[in-house]
Amino acid sequence: MSLRNPSSFLNPLLFFVIAISLFPLAISPESHTLSNIAPGIVWVTCMLSVLLSLNALFHYDYDNGVLEQMVISHHSLPLILLAKTIAHWLLTGLPIILLSPLLGMTLFLDAKSIYVLMFTLLLATPSLSLIGAIGASLIVGIKNSGMLLSLLILPLYIPILIFATSAVSQSQFNLPINGQLYFLASILLISLMTSPFVSALALKTSLD
Amino acid sequence: MSKLIVSDLTCQKGYNELFSNLSFELNSGEILRVSGANGSGKTSLLKILAGLNSAESGRLSINNNKVGSYNYQSDIFYLGHLPALSPELHSKENLDYLTQLNSRSSDYVPGEALTNVGLNNFEYEYAANLSAGQKRRVALSALFIIQSNVWLLDEPFTALDADGINVIEAQIAKHCDDGGICVLTTHQKCNLPGLRILSL
Repeated sequence: MSLRNPSSFLNPLLFFVIAISLFPLAISPESHTLSNIAPGIVWVTCMLSVLLSLNALFHYDYDNGVLEQMVISHHSLPLILLAKTIAHWLLTGLPIILLSPLLGMTLFLDAKSIYVLMFTLLLATPSLSLIGAIGASLIVGIKNSGMLLSLLILPLYIPILIFATSAVSQSQFNLPINGQLYFLASILLISLMTSPFVSALALKTSLD
Repeated sequence: MSKLIVSDLTCQKGYNELFSNLSFELNSGEILRVSGANGSGKTSLLKILAGLNSAESGRLSINNNKVGSYNYQSDIFYLGHLPALSPELHSKENLDYLTQLNSRSSDYVPGEALTNVGLNNFEYEYAANLSAGQKRRVALSALFIIQSNVWLLDEPFTALDADGINVIEAQIAKHCDDGGICVLTTHQKCNLPGLRILSL
């Protein structure tokens, strides 16, 4: 459905590309400096662009009454929300993963680290969408809630940020990264199991 | 045969008690019109019946199924003030989604339902391009498709012209003849046979 309204998913994606391409201009075009900070840059901008897209997750459905129909439907609400979250990931997380090698190259990441970067994104962007869905369902119906959403969600994103960036930077020095990947995978599993139920509960409370 | 039982329902909004200890029973074929001044709790009552809001206290059930249960939720069809259409979707897709979320009959032709409400050739029109009355017609055309027994219609006639109102009234009357139940709120005059009135 968002495909019919391209600005809803292209804006965050453009933000991702533009923000990253500004760093070489602002800091230094030198390969050594850039490759050092590349994991952080890519991951922070990825997180911010996901955050940017989250507002739209339930907002429009709330405004035109479709959300009410979802809540009172006899179909399982967590399942509907999981489907919506997956759709959200397909339009934000997946394009980010596909673009990341290109952006990694502009930041002078070596080939191996680019693979690791893509793998951490693949493991963790679904968690970003899933955790984000909880926040988005809590603030549905509140006007101008962008700041509130960031306050609610960013603390939960921090562990993902730490493990993901440390995995990419360690791979640059050929250090083992299994630990971080296991952590990212477990965060994904936990959020996959809990997020649909928690967001369903949050949505019901927000609409009540 | 279905039976909607409401007992001792109390609803509070902020510090205001909208209604308290409201009880009624509706049997197959009955139409209830909830009437009352603005702010008297008509919409709140319908939202509670739909399972969207929770009441302060009280019980409600359809055929002994409690609100929130699978059977209860599949027995109701609720249409609120908002027409529940996404602007990015065609009328047909919107109708498809709306009826998929509710329980719809298997022999379903979306074009036919839209024709019934006077929207021939509007199947592939985006909801964003429809007028308020046309949007409401699309949403109400779901009434020709769904299988739910209990219809909860909040101001179904707003934005409709006289002809549209007649079509929908006829459909409500037919539904209740077939053993359905309908609860509706409206400020318009309605010409439905055997109308019961509940004043809040």
